[in-house]
Amino acid sequence: MKSSVIVFPGSNCDRDIAVALEKMQFENKMVWHKDTSLPKSDLIVIPGGFSYGDYLRSGAIAGKSLIINEVIKAANSGCLILGICNGFQILTETGLLKGTLLRNKNLKFINKDVNIKVINNSTKFSNKYKKDEILKINIAHNEGNFFTDSNHLEELKKENLIAFQYCDEKGNINEEVNPNGSLENIAGIYNQKKNILGMMPHPERMVDEIISNKDGINLFSSLLN
Amino acid sequence: MKITNEIVQKHGLNLDEFSKIKKILKRDPNLLELGIFSAMWNEHCSYKSSRIHLKKLPTKGRQVIQGPGENAGVIDIGDDDAIVFKIESHNHPSYIEPYQGAATGVGGILRDVFTMGARPIALLNSIHFGDPKHPKTKSLLNGVVSGIGGYGNCIGIPTVAGETKFDETYNENILVNAMAVGHAKKNKIFYSKAKGLNKSVVYVGSKTGRDGIHGASMASAEFDENSEEKKPTVQVGDPFTEKLLMEACLELMKDKSIISIQDMGAAGLTSSSVEMASKGLLGIELDLEKVPCREENMTPYEMMLSESQERMLIILEDGKEKAAKKIFDKWDLDFVVIGKTTDTSNLTLKFNNKIEGEIPIDALALKAPIYDRKWIRKKTQRYKVNVKKLKKIKIEDALIKILSNPNHSNKSWITNQYDQMVMCDTAQKSGSDAAVIRIHNKDKAIAVSVDSSANYCNAFPLYGGKQIVCENWRNLISVGAKPLAITNCLNFGNPENKEIMGEFAECLEGIKEACEFLDFPVVSGNVSFYNGTNKKNISPTPVIGGVGLIKKLSKPIGHNFIHNNSNLLVIGKTFGHLEQSVLLREIYSINTGMPPDINLSNEKNNGECILKLINKNLVLSSHDISTGGMIISLAEMSIGSNIGIKIHKPKRLTNSINYFFGEDQARYIIEVNNKDLSKVEKILKDNNVFYENIGITQSDFFEIEDELKISIKDLYKINNEWYNNF
Repeated sequence: MKSSVIVFPGSNCDRDIAVALEKMQFENKMVWHKDTSLPKSDLIVIPGGFSYGDYLRSGAIAGKSLIINEVIKAANSGCLILGICNGFQILTETGLLKGTLLRNKNLKFINKDVNIKVINNSTKFSNKYKKDEILKINIAHNEGNFFTDSNHLEELKKENLIAFQYCDEKGNINEEVNPNGSLENIAGIYNQKKNILGMMPHPERMVDEIISNKDGINLFSSLLN
Repeated sequence: MKITNEIVQKHGLNLDEFSKIKKILKRDPNLLELGIFSAMWNEHCSYKSSRIHLKKLPTKGRQVIQGPGENAGVIDIGDDDAIVFKIESHNHPSYIEPYQGAATGVGGILRDVFTMGARPIALLNSIHFGDPKHPKTKSLLNGVVSGIGGYGNCIGIPTVAGETKFDETYNENILVNAMAVGHAKKNKIFYSKAKGLNKSVVYVGSKTGRDGIHGASMASAEFDENSEEKKPTVQVGDPFTEKLLMEACLELMKDKSIISIQDMGAAGLTSSSVEMASKGLLGIELDLEKVPCREENMTPYEMMLSESQERMLIILEDGKEKAAKKIFDKWDLDFVVIGKTTDTSNLTLKFNNKIEGEIPIDALALKAPIYDRKWIRKKTQRYKVNVKKLKKIKIEDALIKILSNPNHSNKSWITNQYDQMVMCDTAQKSGSDAAVIRIHNKDKAIAVSVDSSANYCNAFPLYGGKQIVCENWRNLISVGAKPLAITNCLNFGNPENKEIMGEFAECLEGIKEACEFLDFPVVSGNVSFYNGTNKKNISPTPVIGGVGLIKKLSKPIGHNFIHNNSNLLVIGKTFGHLEQSVLLREIYSINTGMPPDINLSNEKNNGECILKLINKNLVLSSHDISTGGMIISLAEMSIGSNIGIKIHKPKRLTNSINYFFGEDQARYIIEVNNKDLSKVEKILKDNNVFYENIGITQSDFFEIEDELKISIKDLYKINNEWYNNF
């Protein structure tokens, strides 16, 4: 499977996701933000980091960069798109995903391992997970507080577009285990066609037991499935 | 403009130094030249009070590739891998403007490391604040932590370890020390020494603004009530630009274009150009109108003394300019040839073809003043502690009081604000004795830790200096790493005061003795004097940052217990030394007496034996015993793992207070599986290591026979209260 990782100035999880993809046997290419064409890709990843220093607003400038037009075109023709952390923020800035990511409720950067629950396990990104499986995944962000309007929230629920929700070790979803104030503990969402996933947690950080755990592996093996 | 005595003093120079300048130049300097002398001759850049003492430190060893004197130290970790690291202070700016002060401290130390060709792989910090109840403490803590996180998180280097301490001695002068660690190929290290005539001197990175002018001079004076007015001398950081600069420099370093490279840190363009030329025994000529400026009408004086961040100076091989510029264009950074190397041995500053200043390079570097300042030894009386005569206290109450103190509280409120995982090689994060970072794409790892013990150093600097080196060594050992080398950040008061200079000299004697004995050389460091306000000096606070090697990383050893029903062994002998202990300080407000001395051969023997046990996979978890004594270490192991202990009353020492709270050195606690116990005991005996089997791990309760029984949940709550109520 062919993948491309978009590199913006200030991206800093680009190497991490590339390592994870290569470990999972993706044929991966790095794509510079000033490029105007994309290599043939089955999957495009927009990595975490601080694209353009997060100036103006997280993801705002990247959302207007040269390469992003190509990403939008690819997305509209069905290519799989994964936005992690800053990548999720960029996807909302481009309009490929609805909703937005506000400042964390406690107004601080948060880095820790959190539990998330797999809500929909029948997508290209999640078919190797069990439904309601609980994963321990690292988060690291300043603006991860997902917010959207009530129509979109309704749509997310009705169409099964919520990918992950923050939960406790047993899978209970409540305010106590909501790290950043996200609406309904939402940690990741799909677009309507489910070819685009945006998520705040970092699955690429969870592919090696010496460093953390292997809870992120099945996201990549789902894609290969 | 006539240079008056008042102008001289405003530049932080004394009149003797001014006469010396006139003698060297054989004329009066102009304002630009005076500014340059002030930047190079201040304490921060010249090490004029510390140099004769620093020379005594051991800096060599088989593992050392580059010792002090470069941007950072370099050590060999086998194969073709080298580790580049250094610690530096940013105390004064951080007190005035905590966010930017701390952020630019991180930015500065990162540049020191990637300047040498290393990709930074870890950040650490040691931060000291005033009394937790002091009205400024919380806001300073908040600002510093956000600043450290703001810079490291954005640039994408994990902040993996550190220490945070509180004491009223820092009420008006906090300490912010940042350490960076990088990985390089052994044969691809870049140095600052210039070579060759007529080579292009290139300015890269951010534009120059008026921020930070005279920053280094500010850091070389005490604070007074007007310190707030110095806010404009604090630099403003931009981690995004630094990320671009780092990637561009590392990209340029892939081929052979660079002769020498130096970051513009303290004293900016002045110190970088002078250092490069001085090391190469060359002259350097700069055309200042070419310097990229952020503000209009900047004068040569402002350009030379600005401490704007994220800038580098590079001397390039002939004909490499075009290819190099292309790289910096790609990253949208300035790249301008602003001068050349010359054979004049002078720093020549031109502005629109007119010479504005000319100073012999060696006058700025080699001939900078060196002072052998008066110092006296500290006389410390012992304070004979007789616990029976002190007010009776229950062990449980003392334990709770210490664990709820901000100094011993769980620091996850801080560490959760740092990205510790980015780069995906952090095998062990903050909260352990040392962090463990895997070398990318390899199965070896390094362990890193920073440590200080200001109370010990204040009580008796010689023992204090020795103790911090050993403490650092122990922390690396505890995670299974062989300690290799250290960097130090020496935070002291006013060196013109002979007691303070004595603290400095004696701490260094202690550091030297321990480093020599343990083959743990000093490869880089930084001195920060004048920490104090209105003649009130801080306690001497040398900080040690150490690096160790784990040859083959499987699962790192941490200090959290692994399971119930394993054996707990205390390695090293407990004598019950209570003078200068946390117990006396916190519970009885007694802070006189001698800190514990260290038997270095026991230290070495115990440590090497622990390493042997870990390498044979006989240790489940391990923790060194440090401030607070054995009981605090046990509590930390329990709280981190949610596994309790059941230990018997001490057999040797009759007094439980001495036994559990004594701060004797060279001790560790290890958790051992039942099946391995006899093997472990045999190895300990064979190596003449004193140990005691004190009990076992159990679920839910922290229990000492007939003394106390507390649930781990309660301990956890107590330990997290202060920060949770922040």
